[in-house]
Amino acid sequence: MSHRLGNRFIVGATTALALSLGALVASPPAQAAGKGPIKIGVISEESAIVGQSISQGAQLAADDINAHGGVMGRKIVIVTYDDHASAADAVRAFQRAAEQDHVKAVVATFISEVALAIEPWSARLHMPTVTPAAASDLISKQVHDKYAQYKYMFEAWLPAPLLAQSICDSADDLLVKPLHIKTVAIMSEDADWTKPLDEGLKSCLPKVGLTVTTEVRFNPDTTDFTPIFNKIEATHPNLIVTGIAHVGVQPTVQWHDQQVPIPLGGISAQATNPTFWKDTNGAANGVITQTGTVQGLAITPRTLPVAAEFIKKYGHFPAFTGFTAYDAVRALAAAMQREHSTNPDKIVVGMEQTHMVGTLGNLGFYGRKDQFTHAARYGKGWITSTFMQWQNGKQVCIWPTDICHGKLEFPPFVKLPRMAAK
Amino acid sequence: MLILQILIDGFVISALYGLGAVGFTLMFGVCGVLNLAHGGIMVIAALIGWWVAATYPVGPYGGALAGIIAGMAASYVTYFAVIRPIQRSRVIPKAEEEIFILTGTLLWGIMIQVGLDYVFSNNPVTMRALIPGVVSLAGVRTPLNELLIAVVCWVVIGAVSLLVNRTRIGKQLLAASINPRGLTLLGFEMSRIYLIVWTIYGLLAGIAGVLLATFLGAASTNAGALTASAFTVVILGGLGSVPGSLIAAYVVGYAETITAYLVAPTLRPIPALLILVVVLYLRPQGLLGRR
Repeated sequence: MSHRLGNRFIVGATTALALSLGALVASPPAQAAGKGPIKIGVISEESAIVGQSISQGAQLAADDINAHGGVMGRKIVIVTYDDHASAADAVRAFQRAAEQDHVKAVVATFISEVALAIEPWSARLHMPTVTPAAASDLISKQVHDKYAQYKYMFEAWLPAPLLAQSICDSADDLLVKPLHIKTVAIMSEDADWTKPLDEGLKSCLPKVGLTVTTEVRFNPDTTDFTPIFNKIEATHPNLIVTGIAHVGVQPTVQWHDQQVPIPLGGISAQATNPTFWKDTNGAANGVITQTGTVQGLAITPRTLPVAAEFIKKYGHFPAFTGFTAYDAVRALAAAMQREHSTNPDKIVVGMEQTHMVGTLGNLGFYGRKDQFTHAARYGKGWITSTFMQWQNGKQVCIWPTDICHGKLEFPPFVKLPRMAAK
Repeated sequence: MLILQILIDGFVISALYGLGAVGFTLMFGVCGVLNLAHGGIMVIAALIGWWVAATYPVGPYGGALAGIIAGMAASYVTYFAVIRPIQRSRVIPKAEEEIFILTGTLLWGIMIQVGLDYVFSNNPVTMRALIPGVVSLAGVRTPLNELLIAVVCWVVIGAVSLLVNRTRIGKQLLAASINPRGLTLLGFEMSRIYLIVWTIYGLLAGIAGVLLATFLGAASTNAGALTASAFTVVILGGLGSVPGSLIAAYVVGYAETITAYLVAPTLRPIPALLILVVVLYLRPQGLLGRR
């Protein structure tokens, strides 16, 4: 706790010093508007670990770009806004960023509901905007359907239907053949991003030989998961596929404490946090989740150096949004450099040509005619995402199997079909 | 089997609601304070308990003790920094004191939540179960920790009941709730009685917070919902009535559990609110309210 306070004090003091120095430097009206630094706004929820990683990742990218001469010889300056996970706060911050602070692009939010509130404003204000984690398929659908207005919106991570596809692809490799898992229950929080996720899962799971026994959706405010596990257990699935982000700690701890004998895997955004083991007192043991990367895994030549820089600067390994926000700022900077302009329409053209080595895979965006216009491209040669399992306090990478060599291990109370057969 | 599961799960949840609400209603009954920072104080106990247990080698019981102490400390700070200055103020008219206390505790609750957000982030956390493992009760797999929670809640509620009904201090509290002016005329110092109530309240909120953290987990964002849940239980039971609050806790706990099991987990909070509306309409003083 003291470390965190210390960090905040240092950050606060440095910001104050930087502001006062900035005021001194900026006071003579010498710099023309076109020659000053290029501002990029970052809007996220600072009290959430995934949100904090967004502003930290963006700042790290700006530092790296500036250390290599900036963009068109101009420095990148990150302006951060805390939206407190509120769509109204985020929209106000977005307007302020565009109209008062004159940012040239925005990196915003991990929450789909917030991203969907910002999206019309990015269209109205012609503001290139990248969401580093919001996954609702409506974001890219609006760009696809109303391209001329909504073309300013991009996603640096996969939309929910592609997240579902990655769950099915990994389940095929990890669970169906080796562990004889045949049936699954879908357990999702009621949120914008899980609707397309569940639809995607119900469509792709049968294709890899998995039968869905039940689909349980619950309020994100749920605290007691006993009835939910009870309902799921009654349908005797071999696996529970989760779609959870607003909740995570409670269902995991109750799954462990109640010794629910069914493995838990899928997407559990909170389980991607490095602090999740401590938050759950180790109840996370055996939990599988999709994530960006894990400590020590080199998905691309950029992954490990950026992770090391992040740890050096902020004292901890980032949530996956730290990587996607880093890539988002680099993609924006590269687009400006490529087009030699900060004009929003030219930035969009530059972004559409993106094909760069990112931290979590090669980053590129789907085109105007593709189904998921301006979302990050999925598949071999692009981003696949990775799957990890918590094992004795460590995040062990288990998929894609060509780069991850971890073996699945489950706590003793979990019963797998192969074990039941014995 | 499902009925037994509902009975067990509902009993534990209701016991926890009851424990959380008893201190809240005692506070209103004796001191006339509706503490809207209630959930914040419970969350302080939960987060400090978790943090101490996760940082120092004190085990779950050491963490629980630290959490309870933190709950009591937060209760004292609430009394001395928020309530007492309002009660002693010469500027605030006596007739408006209650609304000032309501506003003061509401703002204090928000400050607690934002402060906890800043220090711990809003990530939910859970404390290690005080007793790990599960037991099968007629085929229903039940964590031992849940049974312990129910037992602890009832032991503590029983102890408070004994204290209030069987001891000299308890009689003073009862007298203060009925006629504080008369008690002052008999030479009793009201501020001392208030301090005793805030001590009991802090202890109860601390225990409830820690037990909550071992069962359902806690996060700074839960503060508002916990206050609302205590508020619902207490209004339903009748403001100031401890037995009323306990009955209301079981009505709410079982209504929620039955809905979650038999209808849909998403609709869990709805029946308690419906019951509250009906009770307020038909019996505005609550189930066992005095007026």
